[in-house]
Amino acid sequence: MTRRRAVLLVRIAVLAGLTATLEICCRTGLIDPLIVIPPSEMVASMIDRVGSGELDESIVNTFSTIALAFVLAIGCGTLVGALVHRSSRLRDVVDPLLASYYSVPTFIFYPLLVALLGLGKAPLVVLGVLSGAPAVMISTLSGLDSVSPVLLKLARVHRLSPARTLWWIVLPAALPRLFSGFKLALSYALIGVIAGEFILSGTGLGFAISFAYQSFDNRAMYGLMLFVLLIAVTANGILYVWEGRLARRRSTG
Amino acid sequence: MSDFAFEDASSRRTSRGRIRTFDAAVLVLLMLAIWQAIGSWTHGVAVSPPLQTLLYLFDLVRTGMFWQHAAATLAAFLLAFVLSALIGLALGLIFGVRRFAGEVAEPILAGFYTIPKVTLYPVVLLIFGLGMSAKVAFGVMHGLVPMTLFTLGAVRNLPPVLIRTAKVLRLSPGRTMLWVLVPACLPDIVNGLRISFSLSMLGVLIGEMFSSQRGLGFLLVSGMAQHNVPLSTAVVTVIVLIAIAANTLMLRLGKRIAHRSK
Repeated sequence: MTRRRAVLLVRIAVLAGLTATLEICCRTGLIDPLIVIPPSEMVASMIDRVGSGELDESIVNTFSTIALAFVLAIGCGTLVGALVHRSSRLRDVVDPLLASYYSVPTFIFYPLLVALLGLGKAPLVVLGVLSGAPAVMISTLSGLDSVSPVLLKLARVHRLSPARTLWWIVLPAALPRLFSGFKLALSYALIGVIAGEFILSGTGLGFAISFAYQSFDNRAMYGLMLFVLLIAVTANGILYVWEGRLARRRSTG
Repeated sequence: MSDFAFEDASSRRTSRGRIRTFDAAVLVLLMLAIWQAIGSWTHGVAVSPPLQTLLYLFDLVRTGMFWQHAAATLAAFLLAFVLSALIGLALGLIFGVRRFAGEVAEPILAGFYTIPKVTLYPVVLLIFGLGMSAKVAFGVMHGLVPMTLFTLGAVRNLPPVLIRTAKVLRLSPGRTMLWVLVPACLPDIVNGLRISFSLSMLGVLIGEMFSSQRGLGFLLVSGMAQHNVPLSTAVVTVIVLIAIAANTLMLRLGKRIAHRSK
């Protein structure tokens, strides 16, 4: 426990030190303020921007798109994964496909999706699902593999219905693996949607950042950037902590 | 009797292999059919059908313009990949051996891995200016972290006796890394290289798509902007094929190394 606390303290100290160094370098002119603005300014700009209410629409837009992509990726990925798990022949075909799929930079499909579905929410959601769903599929497959046969036998001995077997036996046993897929799906949905907005879009936070960059409004750009990164880190952090808690509960019984 | 059984098993294996090849062929045909369906459904305004794309690609490959763009992407990507592999390997080894530093650094790296790094691209552009170095830096930002994390994990899971032996033999830190750690972690290092490969390619391509005058990413976006659908579809096809080929090659290599080290 003390070691864990020491690690945490050093980690905070390192991050704080880096931020302080950046602040000092910017304030003393070592780093050109046209390139990077001091972190305190970034925070001030973020509070300005978000507090002014002009971003409300973009924020709602971006996060509803991300949420939709995330939920769809989890739904499709789990469903298809469970179906594929039932047939070993299908699995033989799908496994190599999945193994090479993640190496394809999914993002390059985005221009095609925009041409196909028009500029707006649809291509972003599809992009998020395309990048997230395969990860969920892989984790569903490995999660279902990790359910030991003895548990299924137990379910049969107790004459559980298929739905109850799924809910009481399979889901809890597969949950840790499933969860790592959900975590990946969230970060892929975040990355895909914001990258899509950034490269080619008319709305959303990603677009706002690229707009600020193109109009040389550094203060706004850094404020927005900090906001997006803080939200991404928080969302991923929540899942990370939740996963840790899940794992601990399992190990203690 | 045993001979007979063996023959039976091997014939079953080849028949299973045949089924697998058949299924794979069906899958490829199915994907081509979907591609064709999307192409003809939209009358080629969004995606050009496979055959047309292939013919266009043959013409494209004969132009010097294509090779200029491909060379620009390749140069940036190779530099980014080599840099992220070497720096990531070194960082991973150091953080793996120095446990405390590793525990401090790992969540920071993992956090950086999951954030949308595109938002940081303007900063990269402001620091490096438009051009090759910005693309390379952005590629390294994507490829460095997975390489570091994979190496770190591999070193941490090594049997401690290896490191202790190196200490007993009084190997210098450099030699310990080169002679003990790297060979012992080779399978994981190859896995890290594979992920780092595809992510640094992604970084370079996104960089080219956002603001660049050269490279395949630029070609893709300009094909879109000029409503040159066969061009953008052809570029996507080339990138996907290269990515899959490279990944398959590294998967095979990784399997062979893992097999040999067992």
